Amino acid sequence: MTCPSYHPPDEMLMAYGTGSLDEASSLLIATHLTLCRRCRIEVERIEAMGGGLLDSLAPESLSEGALARVMTRLDGPPARSRPPQTAAVAGMPAPLWPYIAGGVDALPWRRVGPGIQQVFVASGPIARARMLRVAPGVVIPQHGHAAGEMTMVLRGGFADAGQTFEIGDIEVAGPETIHRPASDPEEGCLCLAVTDGPLRLTGLLGRLLNPFLDL
Amino acid sequence: MPDIVATEPPKPGGDRWNDLLSLVADTSDKEAFAQLFRHFAPRVKAYMLRLGVDGPGAEELAQETMISVWRKAGLFDPRRSGAATWIFTVARNLRLDRLRKERRPCLDPDDPMLIGESLPAADDLLDSGRRELKIRQAVAALPPEQAEVIGLSFYEDTPHGEIAQRLRIPLGTVKSRLRLAMKRIRAHLGEEE
Repeated sequence: MTCPSYHPPDEMLMAYGTGSLDEASSLLIATHLTLCRRCRIEVERIEAMGGGLLDSLAPESLSEGALARVMTRLDGPPARSRPPQTAAVAGMPAPLWPYIAGGVDALPWRRVGPGIQQVFVASGPIARARMLRVAPGVVIPQHGHAAGEMTMVLRGGFADAGQTFEIGDIEVAGPETIHRPASDPEEGCLCLAVTDGPLRLTGLLGRLLNPFLDL
Repeated sequence: MPDIVATEPPKPGGDRWNDLLSLVADTSDKEAFAQLFRHFAPRVKAYMLRLGVDGPGAEELAQETMISVWRKAGLFDPRRSGAATWIFTVARNLRLDRLRKERRPCLDPDDPMLIGESLPAADDLLDSGRRELKIRQAVAALPPEQAEVIGLSFYEDTPHGEIAQRLRIPLGTVKSRLRLAMKRIRAHLGEEE
């Protein structure tokens, strides 16, 4: 399996590695990392910077007897394996499992347009993450975004403005982007999308669909 | 209990911490843990304070981080990272768990869906310490305004906005400096774009 060609912007990887990224965006990044060795190496590098920084910080004394108190709390030997995960969802990267328990087909999908279904999987004050399921050969009406959106392929693929997005690839759309993605004609497309602002539809069909298509 | 510090002067550098953390993992060595605690707990506390956590909170998070270090020591893999880096990730994740009350979706290195090698490249495997030293050197060689945004990135709770405010520069400038810095670091490490 080849690595993805389209990656998250560097500053998103940085925010993930330093610990300042919100939950919905972290879900997208962690899922991408499962599928992308290049970005895993980037994040390991950012974490190594964090290690260097931690090592070089001027120490702040702990309270009297802190070590002794911690020592009394070391219950049992260190664990040899990871604590049990949420139940696995076959064919999906592990970071998604807690958000799609029971499997992709069991999610409460809602139809938002012809051949297009979506379900929100994580919502926070900063961004929302949703899964999008698009039937084969569907063209999503031309639309723009009030803020930013990142869409990553989990299964199948889509094409937009001459570029083809396959598993793990991320399309980054900003306020200036007006696009018209089309799902793969054979397999359709299952995506994870993170939006940090409402979407704005352009074009006649877009305007007609706007009330129904909460993309 | 013999005092290891008195009989064996501390080696500088990361290898000593890797060895101690491996001792904790392999033999539940409490003296090795105590040495890690004396070095790292005050630094984790300093890290939490820099992130804006108050004194008692930073103290508690530092202690909780070290308890997690004990409990998770068996998951430390010196081929993957040095001890300081691993302890940084434990502290970072613990803070997000406790203060944000959010889940933090994390990569699982044993995920059957993982694409590509899980471990670093074979020629780097022997020595995570040397690899991390090269990264630190690459950061040290950055132009000051790029090193500054990298450093500040570790001390904020939401991405980049706090840096922009603090340095009185637009958000876009923070992002472009970060991108330039990462590009330069890749070039320093001899990687093509």
